Amino acid sequence: MSALNIKQGSTSHSAYELRDPHAEIVETHTLAVMVDNEAGVLARVIGLFSGRGYNIDSLTVAEVDHKGHRSRITVVTRGTPGVIEQIKAQLGRLVPVHEVHDLTVEGPAVERELALFKVAGTGDRRVEALRLADIFRANVVDSTLESFVFEITGTVEKIDAFADLMRPLGLVDVARTGVAALSRGI
Amino acid sequence: MQRQMTGARMVVQALKDQGVDVVFGYPGGAVLPIYDEIFQQNDIRHILVRHEQGAVHMAEGYARSTGKPGVVLVTSGPGATNAVTGLTDALMDSIPLVVLTGQVPTFMIGTDGFQEADTVGITRPCTKHNWLVKDTDKLAETLHQAFHIAMAGRPGPVLIDIPKDVQFATGTYAGPKQARVSHYQPKVKGDIEAITKLVELIEQAERPVFYTGGGVINSGPGASQLLRELADGTGFPVTSTLMGLGAYPASGKGWLGMLGMHGLYEANLAMHGCDLMINLGARFDDRITGRIADFSPRSIKAHVDIDPSSINKVVRVDLPIVGDIGHVLEDLLKVWKARGRKVNKDGLAKWWGQIEQWKLKKCLSYKGSTTTIKPQYALERLEALTKGQDRYITTEVGQHQMWAAQFLNFDAPNRWMTSGGLGTMGYGLPASIGVQIAHPEALVVNVAGEASWLMNMQEMGTAVQFRAPVKQFILNNERLGMVRQWQQLLHGERYSQSWSESLPDFVKLAEAFGCKGIRCSDPALLDDAIMEMLAYDGPVIFDCLVEKHENCYPMIPSGKAHNEMLMGDAGVEGAIQAGGAVLV
Ligand SMILES: Cc1ncc(C[n+]2csc(CCOP(=O)(O)OP(=O)(O)O)c2C)c(N)n1
Ligand SMILES: [Mg+2]
Repeated sequence: MSALNIKQGSTSHSAYELRDPHAEIVETHTLAVMVDNEAGVLARVIGLFSGRGYNIDSLTVAEVDHKGHRSRITVVTRGTPGVIEQIKAQLGRLVPVHEVHDLTVEGPAVERELALFKVAGTGDRRVEALRLADIFRANVVDSTLESFVFEITGTVEKIDAFADLMRPLGLVDVARTGVAALSRGI
Repeated sequence: MQRQMTGARMVVQALKDQGVDVVFGYPGGAVLPIYDEIFQQNDIRHILVRHEQGAVHMAEGYARSTGKPGVVLVTSGPGATNAVTGLTDALMDSIPLVVLTGQVPTFMIGTDGFQEADTVGITRPCTKHNWLVKDTDKLAETLHQAFHIAMAGRPGPVLIDIPKDVQFATGTYAGPKQARVSHYQPKVKGDIEAITKLVELIEQAERPVFYTGGGVINSGPGASQLLRELADGTGFPVTSTLMGLGAYPASGKGWLGMLGMHGLYEANLAMHGCDLMINLGARFDDRITGRIADFSPRSIKAHVDIDPSSINKVVRVDLPIVGDIGHVLEDLLKVWKARGRKVNKDGLAKWWGQIEQWKLKKCLSYKGSTTTIKPQYALERLEALTKGQDRYITTEVGQHQMWAAQFLNFDAPNRWMTSGGLGTMGYGLPASIGVQIAHPEALVVNVAGEASWLMNMQEMGTAVQFRAPVKQFILNNERLGMVRQWQQLLHGERYSQSWSESLPDFVKLAEAFGCKGIRCSDPALLDDAIMEMLAYDGPVIFDCLVEKHENCYPMIPSGKAHNEMLMGDAGVEGAIQAGGAVLV
């Protein structure tokens, strides 16, 4: 029987056949889910994750095709390869879902997040915050004599790093959008 | 065909255009316009239930016994929340339903209006899909889509929430043919390369087994026919889940009986020892697999399923084929025949020799009695006395359900209706009514436990009102038998709250409902009593007083492997360890 050489754990619907879905390594994947922008669609996706115990690290959603009423949901999720395969299959069978792309395995992708940081301070701390913001190419979008609001875009890691630097300099508030991602090339 | 009409009329028109002949429902303020339309027509029959949960289970019985979607109409708020258990049941067992709920008018949504509930929010996780329709012009299309979604791919329940003002307002109706084609079109053809690979495996396998499930039945009678052809052609043994009984005939030469927690010894050992497992439309449920790590450890596993998320969900398979069972079996048979109908004859002969050995164990044997009716005996007699009849069986949930699956034989699909995935006590009585409404001339028996039966007994009124001559065959052990069995085996015989006290007098209850009651407690009188039930032209409540402390065997305790089955005569106390006790 083994002469037939069937790959253990292969899945024809899977984007990558060679993985062992039961290996216990936890991976982070970025999924792009194209959905009909109808009432309740986001609740459906979130309910799927919470109901089945999947993780959401970040989630963004917006209508990207106004005429076709199509939205793009970008989910960053974590799990073993088997769980990631399940998440994709479960998303794929929701009725308003048109496509599910796993950007992490489908080839190189760009991932960006936008964040706003409110930093309060005077004197040296204020100068240092502005200097670091410049290095990170963050823009000042609001300023008072005691505070700045910086706008920064970049990878999750870059924004985390910026947050770490701003914390001792008077970080008051943060708003982050979550990740938006697209595959590279065409 | 585009016409102006009210939303309420559209509902009735769309049901007619979808070929619906019966609706199970219960009226209330938020659906009065639709009920007004139902009053003014004669094409669609309305079955007035006694509780909305009953309506949903009736629609399930109707759907499972006909292959058509069951339709339910209930009011807003409590009407909708009462339907939730039925929806969840239908979702778990992949039963196509279209459930229509009334809603407060759109301008009142969100104000905590009278009988307002967030029905689409509450039912989102227990439907395949649901809609709140806020515009009468969108109603017709949504109704037609609903039927498509309920039936396409893996079937399931869908719900449309219709605010009262949408029912009153006028809009444009378009028929099913004008409706936009849904992008939801699950793939039905299997990958031919994978199918060919499966044929190669079939040709070589020494110890194969078909493991079939409800998907074969959902695929339609053609799929069951093809399964017979393939199983009989190859000479491979066939076992089935609870949901798949009847897809392969119990009288067929390859039949091993049901597998799983209370499955047959030979079926479970065949699964454990096989070298090729061909899963057709089953989902490796935990009642089937037992301890995953020891589930059929040496087999190559092929899995055919229309739902890609079923594949590799709990058990990793080697050869997945996404597609409709009927389509895949058709292609599989074609390829297998074209390649010369080969099987490994020597291997198979040895395999069957082994299986015959296992059968000698006679795992369903039980100690007979001349003084009390053993529940197994009652079912053996029911089986013998209804043999040859085109008979429909529904069940409640508990020991009686498992005994029914073990002792009743099914030779055709769509004849066995039981709550598998959710295990809903209270399913069987309403389901039997739904089946009877669909098949007015057929014999329909609900094999029930007294505790389950009480959960929806109000539906006896529905049976009487609509002259549905359903036979309620209650195996009355005055116990929550299955709970009691677990407490005996897992909880040191501490029988916490597992007996039914103050049971009604079922014969008097029958009389109160205006139907016939029969009681029997003597094995010698049982045949006559069953014959009396079968002969009676109307609904019957049969109170069959059975042995109170009988256990259902074989049993694979939760968390054990297929080859660690408990048998009836074995000493079983303490056989289940703490690790298994945490599992349900
Ligand atoms: C709605 C619901 N509540 C609780 C249970 C748990 N349960 C499973 S079987 C059972 C006992 C059933 O008793 P009965 O209907 O008399 O059947 P028996 O096991 O005695 O044959 C219970 C309480 C269930 N399955 N469904
Ligand atoms: Mg009982």
